[in-house]
Formats: sequence, structure tokens, C-alpha cells
Amino acid sequence: MQKPISAACDKRPPPVQVVRLRKVYRDIVAVDGIDFTLAAGAVTALLGGNGAGKTTTIAMLMGLVIPTAGEARVFGADMARERHRVLHRMNFESPYVDVPMRLTVRQNLEVYGRLYGVRDLKAVVAATADDLRLTEFLDRPYGKLSAGQKTRVSLAKALLNEPELLLLDEPTASLDPDTADWVRAKLEHYCRRRRATVVLASHNMAEVERLADRVIMLEKGRVIADATPADLITRFGRSTLEEVFLAIARRRADEEKLP
Amino acid sequence: MTGGEAGSSSLRLGEQTTLKASAGRIWGMILRYWYVIRSSWPRTAELIYWPLVQMLMWGFLQSYLASATSFASKAAGLFIGAVLLWDILVRSQLGFAVAFLEDIWSRNLGHLMMSPLRPAELVAALMAVSFIKLMVAMVPVAFLAYFLFGFNVLSLGLAFAAFFANLVLTSWALGLVSTGVVLRWGLGAESFAWLIVFVFLPLCCVYYPVATLPAWLQPVSLALPPTYVFEGLRAIVLEGKFVAAFMLKAFGLNIIYFALGFAAFAYFLQSARKHGTLVQMGE
Repeated sequence: MQKPISAACDKRPPPVQVVRLRKVYRDIVAVDGIDFTLAAGAVTALLGGNGAGKTTTIAMLMGLVIPTAGEARVFGADMARERHRVLHRMNFESPYVDVPMRLTVRQNLEVYGRLYGVRDLKAVVAATADDLRLTEFLDRPYGKLSAGQKTRVSLAKALLNEPELLLLDEPTASLDPDTADWVRAKLEHYCRRRRATVVLASHNMAEVERLADRVIMLEKGRVIADATPADLITRFGRSTLEEVFLAIARRRADEEKLP
Repeated sequence: MTGGEAGSSSLRLGEQTTLKASAGRIWGMILRYWYVIRSSWPRTAELIYWPLVQMLMWGFLQSYLASATSFASKAAGLFIGAVLLWDILVRSQLGFAVAFLEDIWSRNLGHLMMSPLRPAELVAALMAVSFIKLMVAMVPVAFLAYFLFGFNVLSLGLAFAAFFANLVLTSWALGLVSTGVVLRWGLGAESFAWLIVFVFLPLCCVYYPVATLPAWLQPVSLALPPTYVFEGLRAIVLEGKFVAAFMLKAFGLNIIYFALGFAAFAYFLQSARKHGTLVQMGE
């Protein structure tokens, strides 16, 4: 009997599977044996204070950092050993990583388009620039753009290959509220259209509430909460995710003060 | 094979594992470095500046010595030839290392390292770019050496091709080690990339024969491929003969050095992934 399509799809490896993942830098435990699996099309936020292990986890998902123990698998590929099998299916955006300053926006998109093997590159660059309101800046050097314009270029680079997995590290940091809102709307639209899986690290709780289906809260490299934003708000008896975040952070701080 | 390993579920993307795809990524990186060279005329001028200054200094010195000593008058072209060959080694190594440093300076390394670009493709692009930069620097200087001092580097014929190939191979091996060190230890090790080649200046006997070195240092010198190039140059200029054995020894050593350089690059890249240096450099 022929299997239904949904069952066949279930046999495919999940977009992200993290198993007992641990990273130790000398004597600092950055990530301490975390587990989670992300379903296709889910938007998951990694939350936590500075040093909670968000960036290290994302870096291990990209294969930029090799775990001390455990596995970070993307589309079934162990990112420590076989990341080149799947890198073309994912992309990354962060205000802390730039594209070359001296190159124009067009040149940057052309270079990254070639690295990702994008077909009909000229047309794709033009369409992406149009979609992200970058057409008038295409021939301007990236280094001469404002923070908001740079974020849009970074987003254009991240969407150029239509990734199935998008890793976002504080995508709207240092943006004015209007531009940040516009970026969130673009991300929402992309995720719906492409059914992309998104891992989002952010300190902006309003952003997380708006974009994320699921929140994984990290502290000292461990998962301390894993639920939907609404569940977390209910469980902690608060009215916003920001209040939940503050309550957890302060509770931990108080616990640390106890003898 | 799981879905999307070789191709992609996106209609936008072509095949990823073919030679053509690999060539496309290398070409993308060559374009990336070419756009930087093209974007700034002071940078292009800087490529020519030091080889030009060196060539002028040694050219005038040789002109003076030629009028003052019988040896130098016999050995016309010895110093200027040596400086041109030395600059091939220096410019090619710096071209390789500086192209890579551009990605660290521009905080672009994180994006590159998580793109489908493979380490061997990055190395191929850096080799191509170092060659382009070498041409930009040395072709005008070689022309000026001919017009100002009557030294035609092409008059060395096939020997020049052998000298050139050997020096470029050595420079790439050095480029691989120096960029590997920067990958592992970050910009704190940047000066290593700038200075490593200059250790070769006294050891490779650019301006004097190997016999000039103390006996205990000569084996070290003879273990370095460029030594055979400069000995080869002296053999042509002073004795009028091309010593093929020198070039074969240099080539053999270069194969070993290049393999060791690539192994060092791969090792340092892996070590950088273990120590998290790639992420720190991107921020």
C-alpha cells in the first residue's frame, strides 16, 4: 500500500536536531548538554542573558564551532564533520557579521549568489533588491550605508539562496522601531511563503512573541524552559514574555546570592 | 543520499557538488577580491610602490658599482634580477595573505565560513588573486627595469619561467601557513602574515652565494626552494648557464612545502573550529 505523503515526509531528518550538545572552552562551560529537535517550518527563539550559550549553540549549528560532546545535526548532517552536505540549504544573518565594506551592494549579492550557486543570478539579485527596497542602493558601497540599510543587505544575502533553515542572531539589534518592524514583517512573510525553519537568538521579547512558535530559554548553557511563548507567559503568571524573562533572570540572581 | 545533498529543494539553486559548481564558487571569491582591488586606486598604487622603490634602489646601486668595480660590470643585471625575483616571492605571498586578511578586517569571515565555499576553493581563489596582484605589481616594474636600466627579465627565457613558477609555489606555501596561523589565533597573529617571508631574505641568499653563509647554516638554506632560484640566477648571469638540476630540486621541495602548507592550513582551520576563533573573529 502506498504511504501517505505526510508519512513519507516524516522519514526525512528534522531540519535541526541537537543531541546532548556540549561545548567547553578551557574551563568555561558554554553549552552544557542540551537537547532539542526543530520541526520543519517552526520559528524557534533561543533566549537567555549574555553568556547563556545562544551564540555558541548557533555557531555549532552552522559548523563554525566543533562541539566538545554531543551532536548538532542539520537536515541529518553532523555539522562537525559533514556540514558541506547541507550548507547551501541554510543561511545566516547577524548585525555582528558584515559583508565586505568596499564592495557595492550589487557586488556583495553577486559574490554570495555565486558562493551559493544561485541560478539566474542577475534576475534574483534584482528581485531580492526590489523586495527589500534596496534597488536605489545597489551600486553604493556597503560600508557607506546606514544601519537599517545594512541590515536589509544582510537580510538580502541571507535570503538569496531561499534557505530552508535560517539562523538569525539578533536580526533587529540597533534598528529604529519602524525599520525593525519592517524587517520582522519581511521575515514573517518569508517563513510563511517558504515554510522555512528559523532559529532566532534575540534580546527583544516583543520580537520573539511576534515571530516565534517556540521558545527555548538557556541559562549557563542549559535549557531551563522550552515551551510556546503563550505557555511560558501562563506558566509564570505574567502578561508578557519580557516579564517572564526578567522573573527568571531575577530569580536566578536571588538564588545565587543565597549561601 | 538525503534530499538536497547534491542539488537543492530550492529551484533557485543549481547543483552543488559538481566541478562546475566548485569553479563557480572559486570565481565568486576571485570576483570578491578583484572588486576590492578595483575599488581603490591607492591600493593598486601600493601594490606597485615597494617593488618600484626596491628596483630603483638596486638598479642605481648596480649602476654605480658597475662603474667602480670590474666584478659588478661583468655581473650586470645580477642585483636588479635578484630584487625582481625576490619581489615575486614577497608580493605573491603578501597578495595571498592580505586577500585573506581583507575578510577578517571586514568582519566577513563568519559569512564565508558558513557558505558552501570549501577550504580548498578558498585556497584556490587566494592563489589566483595573489597571481593577479603579482601581475599588477610586477609587470609595470619589469617594464621600468628595462627602460631605466636595460634589464630585460624576459631575456632569461625559459629559466625565468622556471624561476617564476618556483617562487610563486613557495609563496603560496607560506601564504597557507600564515593564513592558517591567523585563522587559529586571530588578528593578534596578523604581523606573522606580514613578516614570515622576510625570514627567507637572509637564508635564501638573494644577493650572495650560499657559500657565503657559515657552514652550519648552509643546509638550512639548501632546504629552502628559493635558494636554488637565486643560485640559478647567478649561474645564468655570471656563467651564462642554466642549471636545470637547481630547478628540479626547487620544484621537488616546493611540492613538499605546498603539501605541508595545505596540511597546516587545514589543521589550523580545524583547530579554530575547536577553539571558537572563527566566531570571535566575526564579531
